[in-house]
Amino acid sequence: MSTYTLSRGIKQGHKPGENPWSVSRMVALLVLAFLAATWLVPFGWAVLTSLKTEADAGASKITLNPPGGFSFDAYRKVLSAGDIPAWAWNSLVTSVAITLITVATSALAGYAFSRIAFRGRRWLYAAIIAAIIIPPQLLIVPLFRQMLAFDLVDTYWGIILPQAFAPAMVLILKRFFDQIPVELEDAARVDGANRLRVFWSIVLPLSRPILAAVAIFVFIGAWNNFLWPFIVTTDADLMTLPVGLQTVKSAYGLQYAQNMASAILAALPLVVVFLFFQRQIIKGIATTGFGGQ
Amino acid sequence: MSTAIDSTATSTPVVAEGPESGRARAKRGDTATGWAFAAPFAVLFVLFLVVPALYGLYLSFTGETLTGSGGELLGLANYTEALRDPDMWRSLGNTVWFTVLSTIPLVALSLAFALLVNLGLPGRWLWRLSFFLPYLLASTVVVMFWSWMYNPKLGLINGVLAELGVAPVAWLQDPNVAMISVVVTTLWWTIGFNFLLYLAALQTIPEQQFEAAAIDGAGKWRQLFSIVIPQLAPTTALIVTLQILASLKVFDQIYMLTNGGPAGSTRSIVQYIYESGFTGYRFGYSSAISYLFFAIIVLVSIAQYKLINRRSAS
Repeated sequence: MSTYTLSRGIKQGHKPGENPWSVSRMVALLVLAFLAATWLVPFGWAVLTSLKTEADAGASKITLNPPGGFSFDAYRKVLSAGDIPAWAWNSLVTSVAITLITVATSALAGYAFSRIAFRGRRWLYAAIIAAIIIPPQLLIVPLFRQMLAFDLVDTYWGIILPQAFAPAMVLILKRFFDQIPVELEDAARVDGANRLRVFWSIVLPLSRPILAAVAIFVFIGAWNNFLWPFIVTTDADLMTLPVGLQTVKSAYGLQYAQNMASAILAALPLVVVFLFFQRQIIKGIATTGFGGQ
Repeated sequence: MSTAIDSTATSTPVVAEGPESGRARAKRGDTATGWAFAAPFAVLFVLFLVVPALYGLYLSFTGETLTGSGGELLGLANYTEALRDPDMWRSLGNTVWFTVLSTIPLVALSLAFALLVNLGLPGRWLWRLSFFLPYLLASTVVVMFWSWMYNPKLGLINGVLAELGVAPVAWLQDPNVAMISVVVTTLWWTIGFNFLLYLAALQTIPEQQFEAAAIDGAGKWRQLFSIVIPQLAPTTALIVTLQILASLKVFDQIYMLTNGGPAGSTRSIVQYIYESGFTGYRFGYSSAISYLFFAIIVLVSIAQYKLINRRSAS
């Protein structure tokens, strides 16, 4: 019986012997609907505000039916100002690079720790595990000095490199590789395939779900990261979406409709991706969340 | 072909070649391969974590500033100053208070939400979506939504209160309320992560346990407290650990919602580190506070590790 699985359909929602319309289930449904509606209010109010005229958005009495009607004017103005598409592009480039580098380097290192008895493995692994405890927020000052020295302030690489590795992901991948039977690799190695071939053609294809989980987790973190890009970029042309928005949110001043339109536009890409890949994303986050202990 | 035959006997064919020299060579080969695989990660790890961690430690003993002047060694002066700095203590106190105020509802409510969604009521995907969606937003977007909700004259919350005849509240400007407002925003934003972990853990409870309990005459509430919550204990331990560490590092939403105000009543320790370094330009002092805070994080982690291990041992 699959009553407790994440993917179960609505029809099998209740146990066979149970009345689906019992009073207690109705009460639970009402509570749930109320909570979900509460959780959606900030979204809904932002969308509503963004569709109003500036005059209606700035009116002190709350209204669901503004005298000025609804329009996409605020979105048009925000988009024609030009910064948001550029910032979204910067976010995309840096987040994709961070994700690719993190997944590739963590998978290679995780495989080495799982399978290869190399000298220095123990202390390197211990150092990586110990490093999980270090919050990146505490390194901002020395890292910024380093970026100055490397001449990487206000560059894509300056945003990317300090975010492009994750000790916890090495641990997660190593644990996954540990569970793959060594016999699968031995056969290929016997046939003369070297480690890299084995890794590429046998281990990686078996690891697709965990690699996807790690990639999703890293990408969301990178796309939304604020503090490091905020510190390392001062050039408005290179800012990521969260950092760029922060610089203009006060500049909009009293233009509340445009303010909300820009917030909605910034939220949109990840929300749309989520709606399409809901199951994979939820699975990926749960997997990495549990693996990260 | 010949290699295929003689290595079926062992799973590590390279080592099995025989004489001592061969074994040594194989080991050296493994070391080279192992490091080649680990190197890309190790280089980034050393350059952007080990080096800044050590460099920060060095800086904490100097009077270094943004411009690079005043880099002379000061011994423990930064540390003794930090320990006597009322702003440091205030920020630390705010951070601990925020951690207490946020961790409790973020654990309790995420469990309640997961239990409700897991009942299998119609519209499951919609409930899951509603609670999880905010987690996908950048802090800046969250802050823009909530600054607007909290707006004293035009915001939705005070607007609704006005309809009900309640006097408006200065959500972000009143020092007695600002921290609560920050916690509410944080709860809304990040509950989705804990919620997902609980939901995933709930699926792993074997159905037979409920059937057995039902046969024994245990009602729904009895099952909740005698089966579900004890089964979730490892998940709860994990969530509490991750949540405390995440809450201690709070910065984004406070910095952008209140900028640490009013009158420093919401300033977190990470914000104080940021301000000492990047608006006060005192890199050495900022690094010293970072290390004091790191010591606290290590202590908290050790305490949690011991608590969890003791519980699972008994």
